[in-house]
Amino acid sequence: MTNSNWSEGVGRAVATFSVGARFALVPLFIIVCLAVGYGASTLKFAGDYRVFFGADNPDFIANENAQATFGRPDNIAFVVIPDDKNIYTQDTIELIHLITDKSWTLPYVSRVDSLTNFQNTRGEADDLIVEDLVFDPAELTPALIEDVKQAAENEPLINGFVVSRDGEATIVNATVQLPTDVANVSTMAQEVARTIRADVLRQYPGHTIHITGVASLSAAFEEAGVRDSSTLIPAVYAFILVVILVALRSVSAMIGALLVILLATFVGVGVGGLTGVELTPISLAAPTIILTIAVADAIHVISNIRTKMRQGAEKREAIISATTLNFAPIGITSLTTVVGFLTLNFSDSPPFHHLGNMSAAGIAAAWLLSITFLPAILMLLPMKFKKAEEGVSASRGEFVGAVADFVIARPGAVAGSVLGLCAVAIAFIPTMTINDQWSGYFDERLEFRQAIDAADPYFGSDNVEFILDPGEPGAVTEPKFLETVDAFAAWLRSQDQDVAHVFALSDIMKRVNRNLNGDDPAYYAIPDDRTLASQYLLVYELSLPYGLDLNNRVDIDRQSTRITASMKDISTEETKAFIARAEAWWDAYGNGYQLDITGSKVLFAFVAQRNIEAVFEGAIYLIIAIFVILAVTFRSAKVGLVSLVPNALPLLTAFGVWAILVGVVGFSVAAVGAVAVGLIVDYTVHFLAKYFRARKTDGKSVEDAVRYAFDTAGVAIFLTTVILVAGFSILVTSSFKLNADLGLLTAVAVILAMVINFTLLPAMFLLADRRKNAGNAPHLQTQPAK
Amino acid sequence: MTLSDILTGTAVTSVFLLSGIVCAQTAEELASDDPAVRGYAIAERNDKTDAGFGTSSVRLTMTLADPRGRETTRELQIDTLEKPNEGDGDWSVTKFFSPPDVEGTALLSQARILESDNQWLYLPALRRVKRISSSNKSGPFVGSEFAFEDLTASELGKYAYIYLGTETLDDGSEVDKLQCNPQYERSGYTKLHCYFDTATFQARRLEFFDRGGRLLKTLDLLDYRQYPEGYYRSHRQVMTNHLTGKSTTLAFGDFDFGVDLNTRDFEPSALDRF
Repeated sequence: MTNSNWSEGVGRAVATFSVGARFALVPLFIIVCLAVGYGASTLKFAGDYRVFFGADNPDFIANENAQATFGRPDNIAFVVIPDDKNIYTQDTIELIHLITDKSWTLPYVSRVDSLTNFQNTRGEADDLIVEDLVFDPAELTPALIEDVKQAAENEPLINGFVVSRDGEATIVNATVQLPTDVANVSTMAQEVARTIRADVLRQYPGHTIHITGVASLSAAFEEAGVRDSSTLIPAVYAFILVVILVALRSVSAMIGALLVILLATFVGVGVGGLTGVELTPISLAAPTIILTIAVADAIHVISNIRTKMRQGAEKREAIISATTLNFAPIGITSLTTVVGFLTLNFSDSPPFHHLGNMSAAGIAAAWLLSITFLPAILMLLPMKFKKAEEGVSASRGEFVGAVADFVIARPGAVAGSVLGLCAVAIAFIPTMTINDQWSGYFDERLEFRQAIDAADPYFGSDNVEFILDPGEPGAVTEPKFLETVDAFAAWLRSQDQDVAHVFALSDIMKRVNRNLNGDDPAYYAIPDDRTLASQYLLVYELSLPYGLDLNNRVDIDRQSTRITASMKDISTEETKAFIARAEAWWDAYGNGYQLDITGSKVLFAFVAQRNIEAVFEGAIYLIIAIFVILAVTFRSAKVGLVSLVPNALPLLTAFGVWAILVGVVGFSVAAVGAVAVGLIVDYTVHFLAKYFRARKTDGKSVEDAVRYAFDTAGVAIFLTTVILVAGFSILVTSSFKLNADLGLLTAVAVILAMVINFTLLPAMFLLADRRKNAGNAPHLQTQPAK
Repeated sequence: MTLSDILTGTAVTSVFLLSGIVCAQTAEELASDDPAVRGYAIAERNDKTDAGFGTSSVRLTMTLADPRGRETTRELQIDTLEKPNEGDGDWSVTKFFSPPDVEGTALLSQARILESDNQWLYLPALRRVKRISSSNKSGPFVGSEFAFEDLTASELGKYAYIYLGTETLDDGSEVDKLQCNPQYERSGYTKLHCYFDTATFQARRLEFFDRGGRLLKTLDLLDYRQYPEGYYRSHRQVMTNHLTGKSTTLAFGDFDFGVDLNTRDFEPSALDRF
């Protein structure tokens, strides 16, 4: 065991030096960590939901291209529901008019659509008259209101888009071009929107106004993040205080551990700031994760000190020998955990890279602090542990010992039943569905979720954009193309289980054709001549006011147009099925024109798939890395291979359990693998380290070695499990579902890992040993008989 | 000089001519401590450089570019008649040569100052003139980043002016900076910042602020050349939309002044003659 001698030698040297140089080291570490932590001051919230998509994601690229052509379709929508459920009243129309006016002051607004500012084109002889549907609400009469109602209900460009088909609700829809490089911009816009709402409601009570839209989604991510950090992080600290006090019963130990945790968190978050991380609810889970893992490191060291001191060791010697003992195990487990978090960089979603890198930095810092800073500060602080009195640890040891006896007595039955149960759970994995319906990311406590739920039945909640391209500049007015657009729009409208409204150029074209032919209803059709249609479009465009132009509908070359389908709040699976049907329709009836389907709804529909594909690649590297770490640690490729079983199995089983209990998961599922494997491999490391030490160094039998491993590593594994499960369970209370999923799934995996490492892993050794002995057994047994 | 004169390249009197026109009282106003008086005087000085051009005609290429650098062009000709009635703006006919689908289309605009312009469009495919009854000067001009109100005549009375200071442009020229507040009720802007060259009195840059008071667009007027008639014309104008990243460039050919046009050529019935 030159390996362990070597590492213990280094460990002892580090510990001795740290304790000796404590007066310099403690302030030095505090200053360095605070300096790195100062980097966090540059951290800003991502102003944009697009941060969730990698720059290479093909869906994202298609979306960006469409936006370069047509502008960003991100919106802030004021959903107005009058108490009397009738929008066609003097009061409500005045309110709509006022919100419309005020919406022009939203930051980066490029367009505002509402009932009142709809460009109500009319034809009178050779005049094209263009005016707001309601220019001045003060001039309205009951008869005029009835006219407005008739116009709204009969116009496909309005009905279902800015007014609900039943007339119960209306929307003022502001399109905003929020820049990607301005931090917190969505929240800023959201603030303005809320001020507008407050002002308007003061003037026109008797209405409910919800603020939704894709730009509000970006703001809601930030709100969820802020809410999480203000509730989760205090909860984690409270939990840590309780754990340390219960486990260690020492205020000094608590202060030492808390400092390690705080400084490690500073480093993790500071590195995030220094590397330009944009905050999201996902990357904001990093402090919680760092805290959880750092406390585990600190507790391993401190509990060993306590044990030594209780055995009568002097404080200085107890600190040094406890640090020496933990030097290698904490180093290896930190390494595997760091590697696990770093493989999050394979994810397609940058927030997971941020989470991975911040956590990795924090965990590495926690390791370094636990073997240097912690012994130094504990030396500085007064610390006493009473000698003897074995009560607590003895009872803990008894429990673990009972588990050991149970497994040793019947390894075959234990291995068989564990594998069987795991197999049953794993068999359910295919039934798991992935749903990234972003409304579901937010729980009902968040205002944004309430707004989506209220608006969805009337107007849908998100858009799918269809970019139609006839392949030649100017061809957008080709009659055959416009007829195709019109037929496609009609087909989309027939999909009313999924689609709330369809906004298409063909409707504008038909309307203008009618207007320019003296409002003759017979002309409500696509013009049959391309140049005529182009010139109609020119007249129409020349008539439109600021922000209501066609630049968001037709590209500058007049080569492509965009149909917007307002989608109901349907699931990812339903969205994918809808897209497949739309593509099939286009293949059959699209006359060979090009169709691209984009929009935030589409991005989220495929985000999980993209992430899982990317993470599979990362998983291969993670498995190789862990195999190498274990093989080197135990100097055996065989051990490296064998130990992959207790690492892979808990994770797969956790997914199976999830499939049975919950059944639905969002794209954060892709991150769970890397996070959980990095944690659960620690159990195997601890267990195997003690097992092989007993087998090789002390020459114990398999059964005794298993018992020794349980006695020495079992309590630590159990304690770590409690800490990790509690820490990740705190994430479960997140108002952001992706974090809650990540937390719960990891907690389940950690519990399963403990069970499997306590049962299957020793059973494997026992069974392998018995099979080996089985060949020798008759011989061995007959020997004494002779 | 009006905004549209700058844009359509109407006319500029020479600085020499100007120095005679600018009377003592204007010189006093130009140094006034009251920013409104001084601002108005600067705008007025610019306006006067343009007086008397009569008619002009120019061919131009309008290039639209999206943020990815994709471009498309339109070929136009603008004929202008200097304000035929006191209190009105200039009259103009814009003829489209390309894209092919709108070739032969002609837009007549009789600009007014504080009211909506009178506009007619001749549609060759229909062989009819359609009057556009629109109160909207704020909308974009044929998909470009220029709004109608940027293009159509904006006489001196169209804004209230406030002198903000004197600055230096990147090329070293000195400019007076004015805040121009639109007096037209349905303007798409809350204000403009206008930069007038203190040597040539020409507008060098305009900044447009949206209804939320944020910078929306910037127009740079480049390549000024002085014609023998004395008028200055910018031959390259770049409008950049800061919100969308799109831009529109106008590249002007040579201006012809004193072309044979009169009010009868700027009547709806004359449109189909082009």
